Amino acid sequence: MNPDQARDNKRMLTRLSIVAVAMFGFGFALVPFYDHICRALGINSLVTRSEAPVNTQVDLTRKVTVEFDANAHGMPWSFKPATRHMEVHPGQLVQVDYEVANVRSSAVTGQAVASYGPKLAGQYFRKLDCFCFTQQTLAAGETRRMPVSFVLDASLPADINTVTLSYTFFEVAGKS
Amino acid sequence: MSAVVDNHGHAGERGKDGHAHGHGDHHGGYGGVMRWITTTNHKDIGTLYLWFSFINFMVGGVMAMAIRLELFSPGIQFFNPDLFNQFTTMHGLIMVFGAIMPAFVGFANWQIPMMIGAPDMAFARLNNWSFWILPFAASLLVISFFTPGGAPGVGWTLYAPLTVQMGVGMDLTIFAVHLLGMSSILGSINIITTILNMRAPGMTLMRMPLFVWTWLITAYLLVAAMPVLAGAVTMSLTDRHFGTSFFNAAGGGDPVLYQHIFWFFGHPEVYIIALPAFGVVSQVIPAFSRKPLFGYASMVYATSAIAILSFIVWAHHMYTVGMPVTGQLFFMYATTLIAVPTGVKVFNWVATMWKGSLSFETPMLFAIGFLFLFTLGGFTGLVLSLVPIDIQLHDTYYVVAHFHYVMVAGALFSAFAGVYFWLPKWTGRMYDETLGKWHFWLTMIFFNMIFFVQHFLGLAGMPRRIPDYPLMFETWNKISSIGAFGFGLTQLLFLYIILKAIKSGEKAPEKPWEGADSLEWTHLPTPVPYHSFETPPNLK
Repeated sequence: MNPDQARDNKRMLTRLSIVAVAMFGFGFALVPFYDHICRALGINSLVTRSEAPVNTQVDLTRKVTVEFDANAHGMPWSFKPATRHMEVHPGQLVQVDYEVANVRSSAVTGQAVASYGPKLAGQYFRKLDCFCFTQQTLAAGETRRMPVSFVLDASLPADINTVTLSYTFFEVAGKS
Repeated sequence: MSAVVDNHGHAGERGKDGHAHGHGDHHGGYGGVMRWITTTNHKDIGTLYLWFSFINFMVGGVMAMAIRLELFSPGIQFFNPDLFNQFTTMHGLIMVFGAIMPAFVGFANWQIPMMIGAPDMAFARLNNWSFWILPFAASLLVISFFTPGGAPGVGWTLYAPLTVQMGVGMDLTIFAVHLLGMSSILGSINIITTILNMRAPGMTLMRMPLFVWTWLITAYLLVAAMPVLAGAVTMSLTDRHFGTSFFNAAGGGDPVLYQHIFWFFGHPEVYIIALPAFGVVSQVIPAFSRKPLFGYASMVYATSAIAILSFIVWAHHMYTVGMPVTGQLFFMYATTLIAVPTGVKVFNWVATMWKGSLSFETPMLFAIGFLFLFTLGGFTGLVLSLVPIDIQLHDTYYVVAHFHYVMVAGALFSAFAGVYFWLPKWTGRMYDETLGKWHFWLTMIFFNMIFFVQHFLGLAGMPRRIPDYPLMFETWNKISSIGAFGFGLTQLLFLYIILKAIKSGEKAPEKPWEGADSLEWTHLPTPVPYHSFETPPNLK
């Protein structure tokens, strides 16, 4: 090997060795690099504190008055809501109780049917738990509290500010 | 065009390494063991790398047999889970760093100087040291089994935080990795300098054989990536002993950081393994098609594209660590992009064979086997590159099947092709062609028996790195294990073929492969002399 070639070779050796050492340093440099680059790009999702959860369900900007009505159609039952009206936010989960008492001296079976005022409000009334359409048998003199859980859908039109939930109990004959 | 051949005469006996030499041809003045310890000759060092590789192939193979033995049936029969994990880890480390990488460095040492018309590597003594580091490194890995706590059972990827808890075997492994890395980096510097500075006059870069090109690019990958691995395991070492918290969340670090740093090395690493394999195949297929390689320039550009892209895909090994979707998408797109230049290469190999005058000697059989099976492995890689699929398949046997297809049916088959192809040139003797074909077909059949069914296991949900599994995975595991035993025995046949060829193989003709046309075939006798191209050939 002539001296020129040996010198060229040595120059390559030096340069490549520097590259190797630099890449070793690069490995260590990755430690702060990840920190800074991920923060700058906003993708360090595991490290950022998440914001407080946002409530997107309840519409806190409006209140709607819900009135509760109870009728026992020709039945010997005393039937009334525990509260006559309530202010709710659309999207808010609400529970109200209806109290029913059988004043006859024998067991009576009844079934409730719901209706809404205004009529179109019915489609926005999401009842999660209610006693309607289920036959209820009360023994003589028995009283009972029956809950209704509901959510007023947030898409309730803005011009409706009062809705009424009305239950009517009908006696189911032939079940004494 | 003159072909100056340095040859002290064929009149002598065959040396231990098989090549002929006369009484005037001395190997650096030493005989026996000292010759091998002090040699600075690229052919000797190539031989050392290849035998070292084969020994490690056997050792890693025994561990694979142990793994498949345990997995033959559900339940724990032979090895406690801790020892099983040690086998899994060491099988990976020994095969990757002790077998497959040194094999291709061995090819590089033997072939690069001859293919560019150089007398030897640029730094002949550094070359000797690069090799002799390796037996020490490999010994550290094996010795770790016998330390308290045994070898580390952490997987070849050495993830934190588990590595911080291992015994002294882990420290031995870290030092072994340092040494292995040193050897690779020094060897790569040698290869780059040799290729860039010592080509014969007229051997321009775009006239070099593809094997030389792939090694040039691989050597750059090694110089860039290997030091990062050294950094990662050094960080693990300091976390273990010197109070740092790189990977310890309690100290402000992050275990996932290890994965990022490791795989920044790890992905280029798999291309470091694959690219020289591509290079060998690019020599073998044209030779046995009696046609020049199709699309030489595009092969060079495709290889370069693969190398560059390999640096920006690492996190496809990490889709499940909690990366934001933005990151997952970036790495997914980049990874699918790598399939494009790879596809170009596969197409070019097929186009080389198209309308070629084909013959199917053993090297060509292994090269065609490579072509088919490496492509299959590439397809499963493409499947795994897709985030929603990988979420299901990560750490299952589908991944194990994928990388064994590309590493074994890819790199190993290419290495076999290279040995059968060049053995006549190195030793002046032919291997037994019938036995060679037996070796190929048995390897082919058993390989697929082991790993094809592992795709099903992965899709069915079998995790990797487990010694015991639910009953529903039994059938495929049994088939896979039987394939493994067959595969292992078949490699003993390979050893027999090589030894028989070296000792008593039929004398090779001057040009054993009529279609081979690189410098070692056209300008050097068979077998090649101990010193070749001491005066460079004029190729202008």
